Amino acid sequence: MAGGGSNEVKLLGFWPSPYVLRARLALSLKGISYEYIEEDLESKSELLLTSNPVQKAVPVLIHDGKPVCESSIILQYIDEILAGVGPSLLPEDPHDRAMARFWASYINEKLVKALNQTWGGKTEEEKAEGMKQAADAVETLEGALKDCSKGKPFFGGESIGYVDIMLGGLLAWADVREVVKGVKTFDPAKTPLLAMWSDNFGTLDAVKAVMPNIGKLVDYAMVMQPHGAAAAAAAAAAAVAATN
Amino acid sequence: MAEKGVKVFGMWASPMVIRVEWALQLKGVTYEYIDEDLGNKSDALLRHNPLTKKVPVLLHDGKPIAESAIIVEYIDEVWKDGYPIMPADPYERAQARFWAKYADEKCNAAIYPVFTATGEAQSKVVHEAQQCLKTLEKALEGKKFFGGDAFGYLDVIVGWYAHWLPIIEEVSGASVVTEEELPLMKAWFDRILAVDVVKETLPPRDKLLALNKARREQLLSA
Repeated sequence: MAGGGSNEVKLLGFWPSPYVLRARLALSLKGISYEYIEEDLESKSELLLTSNPVQKAVPVLIHDGKPVCESSIILQYIDEILAGVGPSLLPEDPHDRAMARFWASYINEKLVKALNQTWGGKTEEEKAEGMKQAADAVETLEGALKDCSKGKPFFGGESIGYVDIMLGGLLAWADVREVVKGVKTFDPAKTPLLAMWSDNFGTLDAVKAVMPNIGKLVDYAMVMQPHGAAAAAAAAAAAVAATN
Repeated sequence: MAEKGVKVFGMWASPMVIRVEWALQLKGVTYEYIDEDLGNKSDALLRHNPLTKKVPVLLHDGKPIAESAIIVEYIDEVWKDGYPIMPADPYERAQARFWAKYADEKCNAAIYPVFTATGEAQSKVVHEAQQCLKTLEKALEGKKFFGGDAFGYLDVIVGWYAHWLPIIEEVSGASVVTEEELPLMKAWFDRILAVDVVKETLPPRDKLLALNKARREQLLSA
């Protein structure tokens, strides 16, 4: 990492978490070496509890002993600390930056919430509503991709940026959703640009280096399911909600 | 040809809108303020923010930006030679953004029920709101403002509490920010209300009180 000091970087994570994946994607893209510490969310480490006392959640980036929490904030922090090293995550132009932040916020507020509801909804109606909201959000993001990419493959243009990573972090669970529920989150028939985007995203070396094993993630999702609908839904929602 | 200049689409009683006005006024930016009737939104607002249709929207040289916290960062970046709103240090910036998110997501959700709770339910929601604000208050320790010696980003984001919370308390009969429970926050309220850009933009207290009284009655009778 650029700059003085010990420059020691640790990332507290939980391998199924899409938010932790976002942090790992950013670190991978910037080529930073770091110590990854897998947390047992049922038995959180002292380091996690003292580094993120407010939410006790992962991911937490610890840089020279100082913790940064929340995936969107970690990404911006990494980008600012490493301005000039590797591709810039946020665009140069202030208006484009504002739009990137807007879409990142939209992804969290609309898409993530809806997808969580498809897994953790207490009733079939709630899950179905989640599915509908997710489909609507993806449709809106198709338009956003068209606007932001300006004909290039990614929201960030030629290379992946902040919005790509905020959305890309969800791709592993999108694959799981296809396997377990038979639903394509980025359907080429409905949102062709996003379907191509997800393929392009998946082929990048920096991405392949950190993507969790989909088979393993499917097993994890299935373990959450069979212990009765209410308990499983609660467990799945809790596991995802325990990370940010 | 895109029109030049800065416009703010707002609503006089909205704390989210006031953040944008504070940021612009700190930078000394001249802007046109358009007050919206949220029950009958203008074509311009709907055109500039078709996705959420909410205020505030900043229109700068014809380009719209929505979401108050995002607008504030934008203003700080565009008028970068003016008053510094965001902290200079990346770690401090991360902290400011973290607390802004915490306040907007957790504290606002905890404060809202105080507005409508009555009787025994009220003390429970008041306690929860206080717990949230106590957590936020930690970021004030040893400082005059969340931004340190000077009014900064996090003050812009949560400064609305200083004017709006006492009104919510008066309307609902609840006591949230007290000397005993939240001494740092209470002292900070006084400093916030003394800041020039704050004094110049706050909606009149009596008008805001009347609006919130009416809104509360409406919600309770629904």
